[in-house]
Amino acid sequence: MQSKKPVYSQWGAMLAISKASFRSMLRSPSAIIFGLLFPLVFIVVFGFINPSNVKFDVTIDQRSDTTGELYAALKSNSSLRFRTVEDGQQEERLQKGRIDAILFLQTNPENQEEVVVTTSKASRERANIVEALIQEVVSSVNSRRLDVLFKTTPDSLRISSAQRYAMKTALIPGREYKTIDFILPGQLGFSILSAGVFGTAFVFFSLRQTLVLKRFFATPIKRPFIILGEALSRVTFQLLGSLMIILIGHFVFEFTLVEGGWTVVKLLLFAAIGQLVFMGFGFVVSGIARNESTIPPIANMITLPQFLLCGTFFPIDAFPSWLQAISRILPLTYLNDSFRRIAFEGAPLLDLLPQLGVIGLWGVLVFFLAVRFFRWE
Amino acid sequence: MDIIQVNNLVKKYDGLVAVDGISFSVAPGEIFGLLGPNGAGKTTTLEIIETLRLKSSGEVSVCGFSIDAQPNEIKKRIGVQLQAAGYYPNITLAEQLRLFAGLYSKQVNVVEMLSLVGLQDKVSAKYKELSGGQKQRFSVCTTLINDPQVVFLDEPTTGLDPQARRNLWELIRSIRQRGTTVVITTHYMDEAERLCDRVAIMEKGKIIAQDTPERLIDRLVESGFERKKEVKKASLEDVFLSLTGHEWRDE
Repeated sequence: MQSKKPVYSQWGAMLAISKASFRSMLRSPSAIIFGLLFPLVFIVVFGFINPSNVKFDVTIDQRSDTTGELYAALKSNSSLRFRTVEDGQQEERLQKGRIDAILFLQTNPENQEEVVVTTSKASRERANIVEALIQEVVSSVNSRRLDVLFKTTPDSLRISSAQRYAMKTALIPGREYKTIDFILPGQLGFSILSAGVFGTAFVFFSLRQTLVLKRFFATPIKRPFIILGEALSRVTFQLLGSLMIILIGHFVFEFTLVEGGWTVVKLLLFAAIGQLVFMGFGFVVSGIARNESTIPPIANMITLPQFLLCGTFFPIDAFPSWLQAISRILPLTYLNDSFRRIAFEGAPLLDLLPQLGVIGLWGVLVFFLAVRFFRWE
Repeated sequence: MDIIQVNNLVKKYDGLVAVDGISFSVAPGEIFGLLGPNGAGKTTTLEIIETLRLKSSGEVSVCGFSIDAQPNEIKKRIGVQLQAAGYYPNITLAEQLRLFAGLYSKQVNVVEMLSLVGLQDKVSAKYKELSGGQKQRFSVCTTLINDPQVVFLDEPTTGLDPQARRNLWELIRSIRQRGTTVVITTHYMDEAERLCDRVAIMEKGKIIAQDTPERLIDRLVESGFERKKEVKKASLEDVFLSLTGHEWRDE
């Protein structure tokens, strides 16, 4: 028999599980379908059907002259949503990012109709877009007038942007915010959520039920390493899936990657963090479920509300405020938001600490529950 | 020194006594059978020795290690076949063996391992594609990866046809040839009689007899027991095997 002291490596054992699990996933149709195919189908469908329905909230400065043609043109623009905000609170709302711009319409000394656009650093990118939008309205009103009243040119319209919160003064034509820039991050988030919850719940349930785990227990590997091994392979698998979604989105649908490769790295970092947290939900589900058929309803209770409420398909600001309050509790909201900020705005990681904080809090809560509910046998 | 020692082992499940103060020991290199009807406590006893289940009281040591103090040292030295073990889904037999090799921190030649149990042609087959007999042989194969001192086989022949059973007996004998101790549970007495050096018979959580099959039979005969029906020179199983052949075949 063996007389030499055997050297046992828990990490080696963990890697062996990761490898087996990864191979198993590559050959499992459901992992591919839910992790990759579904998000891609959604991206394609929404990428083609849906014209941009992103709306920007603006408010009118009370002192404005709202009788002019420009006001009417702005009001009829479908991308601008006019909000009534009490006088003293406009700037505060702007600073908090609740509205995107304050519009002040006046007739300037040169007898031109003029709109002064005040935006905030709170949502810099949205500010750019809203300014570009207004610029577009102004120039279309200008050209319409020129068309009608050819040389008379009574009072040409002018736009100027006052910058109060350290924003560039010049009117930058906002980066084009395409539907894909909204849809893809949502799909990324959702694929991570569903793979994390469904995948993890089913796999651990079936490994327990078919006594695969019990067979592992008969070997010297320690239990946490079994979980680590599974987690490693699932995160790797999901990252590859996410990478494919991002690359297909970028090269086929012109998904914006503001800082190129670095944006991809940041997206994948958040994808990994999200995946780890959502796996916790999966552990809870696999522990609560009494049999295989109770997994989908329980898992749906976790994924569906987030699917609908967390800005996957529809922007959260389309909801009534009581519903928005719920959205702002759920973790997927913050993951989706992070993805969008990273991809489109190039947000530095430090700016995403609040999002990370909420996701992290969910992580703590979920893993606390997972430890309580998880069953090995 | 005995390779397994069980002393006054008790296992209670809320009120129900599954194992009721049993003691036995297994010597190195023997094939030891744990016999008894379903529900007698065989599997529970085995799983406690395999460190898969906690005991209520008593002492158990395997390969000189106590199950309480050093379960992981025991795990490194034993091979375990569960009654209804599952294997990782969607991966081939070769990949399964590599997985187990990793779980034991061992290097293995998978083809060599599979040929030990006659499955060298099934390197890239999946577990679920195997026949009943092949599944059991594969299961036994996974118990040999860490070159164990003891292997535990829980009802390895249940549900197999006569040829596959005989084939598995050969495999078990060959494991013993390697110097490995075998502990097996079964409820087939002919199997125990042919295979085991010593057996313990369990009933309702207690060991009611413990000896070599030979001596247990002699003792019964001495007590005046006679078979009701005259013993013929062959059994129906002999008829079946002579008609269908001893050769074990893969379906």
